[in-house]
Amino acid sequence: MKKLSLLSLLLLVIRRDLLLAMRRRADVLTTLIFFVMVVSLFPLGVGPELDMLRKMAPGVVWVAALLASMLSLARLFAADHADGTLEQMMLAPQSLSVLVLGKMIAHWMVSGLPLVLMAPVLGLQFDMPPQSLGILMLGLLLGTPVLSMLGAVGAALTLGLRGGGVLVSLLVLPLCIPVLIFGTGAVEAVNSGLNPNANLALMGAIVTMALVFTPWVTAQALRISME
Amino acid sequence: MAINWFKYSAPTNFYSLAGKLIPWFAVASLLFFVAGMYFGFVVAPTDAVQGEAYRIMFIHVPASILSMFIYLIMAGYAALGLIFKTRLSSMMASALAPTGALFAFISLWTGALWGKPMWGAWWVWDARLTSELILLFLYLGFIALHASIDDPRRADRAAALLAIVGSVNVPIIYFSVKWWNTLHQGSTIKFSGTSMHVAMQQALLLMLLACWCYAIVVALARVRSIILEREGATQWVGELSEVQR
Repeated sequence: MKKLSLLSLLLLVIRRDLLLAMRRRADVLTTLIFFVMVVSLFPLGVGPELDMLRKMAPGVVWVAALLASMLSLARLFAADHADGTLEQMMLAPQSLSVLVLGKMIAHWMVSGLPLVLMAPVLGLQFDMPPQSLGILMLGLLLGTPVLSMLGAVGAALTLGLRGGGVLVSLLVLPLCIPVLIFGTGAVEAVNSGLNPNANLALMGAIVTMALVFTPWVTAQALRISME
Repeated sequence: MAINWFKYSAPTNFYSLAGKLIPWFAVASLLFFVAGMYFGFVVAPTDAVQGEAYRIMFIHVPASILSMFIYLIMAGYAALGLIFKTRLSSMMASALAPTGALFAFISLWTGALWGKPMWGAWWVWDARLTSELILLFLYLGFIALHASIDDPRRADRAAALLAIVGSVNVPIIYFSVKWWNTLHQGSTIKFSGTSMHVAMQQALLLMLLACWCYAIVVALARVRSIILEREGATQWVGELSEVQR
């Protein structure tokens, strides 16, 4: 039998997870609707003054994105764990890290990418100027993969535990705070007429670091959880 | 004479060693504490700018230093336990976590008490305060993850992985006053001399030693309990005089 190369394994995992997500569209949509609803509740909660809303917008969008990505983390490994697929995947001769990376990418495409695409519409609700919207999108584009990757570590560590859902938030949210700080920092820099490149560069550094380390850490966490 | 360095990595031997060390460190901690209090509240002069309220630093600064340092030690023990599968290292990591969380809490609390007279606010969203708060959450996450896994071996390893991932936060806290110019003052004690009165510095050092010894005492006492709990079924635990009673 022909042995799969790492790249084709990666593509295979991504394709499989996307296919599974498309078969259960309701799960994907609930995350998105949650994101839109949380953001839309803020003007009702704090009042409709445009000056204040414009100032709050990046933070609100980012925090809502963080919460929405927490919501979808349980799905990352739970279903595969329940029906035994995960054990089979771990027996595969290829590196588990690559497999995990595939699952992370698929998770991001299902839960992170829609948030990036949705963000400008929500930003308009908050009366954000066009150039801030662009930076907000760029920041989310760099930041949401980190949320998926760090989230995968948390999801793998809490796999099969009672009360795992709440625990994941406690473990992952503190680690996500740098992304939140630099993501909103970039937008605020543009708003006050400064150059957002420093914040975006730091986000790029975080993505690169996460890309290198988190697949391996997640693979280790899965091995600990499954033994 | 060859010393067997690994003798005390066995819980059996470490249990009795810890029992012998605890009274010494407890006495040392008490002495340092009394001396530190005397120097801090009687000998040290009133601060020219901050008045009497600066004396909060005698507990605030040691607590902050230890909260960061204990996290690194905890992560180090956790890594040892994960890599070499030594039982005692993992037990030390879980014994250190509550003490670290306590120091992080004290640091935040005394910081709030200090911030009110100095900055006019209990809490400011300043980089160092926020990252110290994250440190507290990291400790709580470590404890919560460990507590929610029933199998102690799996709990040790999962929590160890979390501790290692979380340790990226410690340098961020340490350098936060340099990287972000916010309200929090920079460090006064530097390797190239200090701008502080000698009595203040000595009082601070004494309090730091007191907190240090306290942390050692509590961690050792806690690790003894953990050893008893985990090794409860073994023969040597059954033969201990304190267990037989």
